[in-house]
Amino acid sequence: MSTFYQLDFEKPIREIEQQIEAGEQAAKGPRPPDGAVAIDEGPSVDLAALREQRTRALERIYSQLSPGDVVRVARHPSRPQTRDYIQALCRDFAELHGDRRFGDDPAIVTGFGRIDSIKCLIVGHQKGRSTQEKIACHFGCAHPEGYRKALAKMQLAEKFGLPIVTLVDTPGAYPGLGAEQRGQAEAIAVNLREMSRLRTPIVSVVIGEGGSGGALGIAVSDRVAMLEFSWYSVISPEGCAAILWKQANEQTNNAAARALKLTARDNLELGIVDEVIREPLGGAHRDTAGAAANLKAWIVSQLQTLRQIPVDDLVKARYERFRRMGSFRQEDPETAQE
Amino acid sequence: MTQAASTRSWTELRPARKSAIPEGLWLRCPSCGQMIYRKQMEANLHVCPECSHHFRIGAVERVKQLADTGSFQPMFSNLRPTDPLRFKDLKAYAERLTAEQIRTGQNDAVLAGTCFIKGRPAMLTCLDLTFMMGSMGSVVGETITRSIESATEQGLPLVIVSCSGGARMQESGLSLMQMAKTSAALARLDDAGGLFISVLTDPTTGGVTASFAMLGDVIFAEPKALIGFAGPRVIQQTIRQELPEGFQRSEFLLQSGLVDRVVARQDLRSELARVIDYAGK
Repeated sequence: MSTFYQLDFEKPIREIEQQIEAGEQAAKGPRPPDGAVAIDEGPSVDLAALREQRTRALERIYSQLSPGDVVRVARHPSRPQTRDYIQALCRDFAELHGDRRFGDDPAIVTGFGRIDSIKCLIVGHQKGRSTQEKIACHFGCAHPEGYRKALAKMQLAEKFGLPIVTLVDTPGAYPGLGAEQRGQAEAIAVNLREMSRLRTPIVSVVIGEGGSGGALGIAVSDRVAMLEFSWYSVISPEGCAAILWKQANEQTNNAAARALKLTARDNLELGIVDEVIREPLGGAHRDTAGAAANLKAWIVSQLQTLRQIPVDDLVKARYERFRRMGSFRQEDPETAQE
Repeated sequence: MTQAASTRSWTELRPARKSAIPEGLWLRCPSCGQMIYRKQMEANLHVCPECSHHFRIGAVERVKQLADTGSFQPMFSNLRPTDPLRFKDLKAYAERLTAEQIRTGQNDAVLAGTCFIKGRPAMLTCLDLTFMMGSMGSVVGETITRSIESATEQGLPLVIVSCSGGARMQESGLSLMQMAKTSAALARLDDAGGLFISVLTDPTTGGVTASFAMLGDVIFAEPKALIGFAGPRVIQQTIRQELPEGFQRSEFLLQSGLVDRVVARQDLRSELARVIDYAGK
């Protein structure tokens, strides 16, 4: 707990936690020496009250996070990642590697798994936990081979009638020499087109960062949800600030985060996602098991519903889901159209 | 292209109004540095007569160059952008839109319609770089989608000419969703056996490249066009090394196997007609 990564706005919580820790230490600390009569007036601090205070502080702080703070929570180093959720959700995960063309991108994990008793294919961005893993995963920025691996395995799922669950957690697709040379844009574009017509149910959850095309590349789905403190947008706040505000600093990043309407609630209001999945008090990084339980409940209920829908209707509804997105005005009807 | 030019961000590639939309009778070609007679350059399809540098052109000029004279019938031109996010950076999106509409006389960054290309009926949709860098917001996405659907219904070959800085940030998630929307519509065109020829021009980047632009059954690119997913500056900042000469240019994409042909502007019409004859219905 003491090495817990701390966000600025969590300071009041940390202070209370330190008092609790001190209190706990004192409570189970060594008895006073020399058989001296212990002053038995209970622990000097009221632990229950402190814990209550901590809960209140968490509720207060986490109910009024700014969009910029939400981005910070979404990037918390202790926030559960795809592999954490796979471990928590699946009894028997059979990982599948490689795009059969170029390589195996560890930034996207794919494999068969059972969630409850539902057999499915799981696809998710992996950012990496250890430094070594982070570097191998390019911090969750996938290469074309990652997107091609995802599609190849999703087509397997279609072939064998398995529903698909995707977990989105990427700052964006990797911007690099090899990625461009091997067709990053083409890989994502093909995923968008092919996912739209896969004849099997697809559900997606943005579990952390939903950065642009790199996120959408595995999220053209029948149902899309976001965890409460995740973000989803066309560009990262930093990227947006650098372009539109001409400079990325804390102030412009926060302004961009606000302007981009990237929080779960904003995306729900814009009709981009269907549901916001609650996180445990104080965010998923405090309670992986709790977050995984909420995630599982949503996935299972959605898959059970989607399984009942004839596949033709399902694919048609998926088309319509994306077809209606956008905001525009239509002036006087033209003679030719509409 | 100089090294400096090839490593600039596409966001900086906005044509400096003075050089790219020249007012005078003469202008200096940014590629070969020659002074060229403006009218001669324009008569040459906005290509430098000295070095074949392809100047950037707007959608109206593009349609004029590709469609048989008088054959273009505009469609979906009644769509207008809104400001769903009430987006404000240094300037409000609503103000930006109004200013761009007044400056360009257009509603948004796209022009679509039916036409004949050398006598072959086709659906022709052109992005317009002069309007907010050709960025794709809801109106562009909807217009592209309607053209795809219309081409599917009418059994027309579809030609989309792309030039774009990518998805329009001011519509955030809704812009992002246009990528899925247009790509899904192309899946239906594909299911129906329709032909889509994608023409990539300078520059085609970001969310436009990563959706419909790279999904052509046949993909043409104009010479030396910047085409990519990420902008050169972003890549350079990420990998911290010099980018090779010609990186992300059409010829590089051809070598990498990502486009079918590099087609000079004066050949574009006949090359389109040729593919339509082979692959169109």
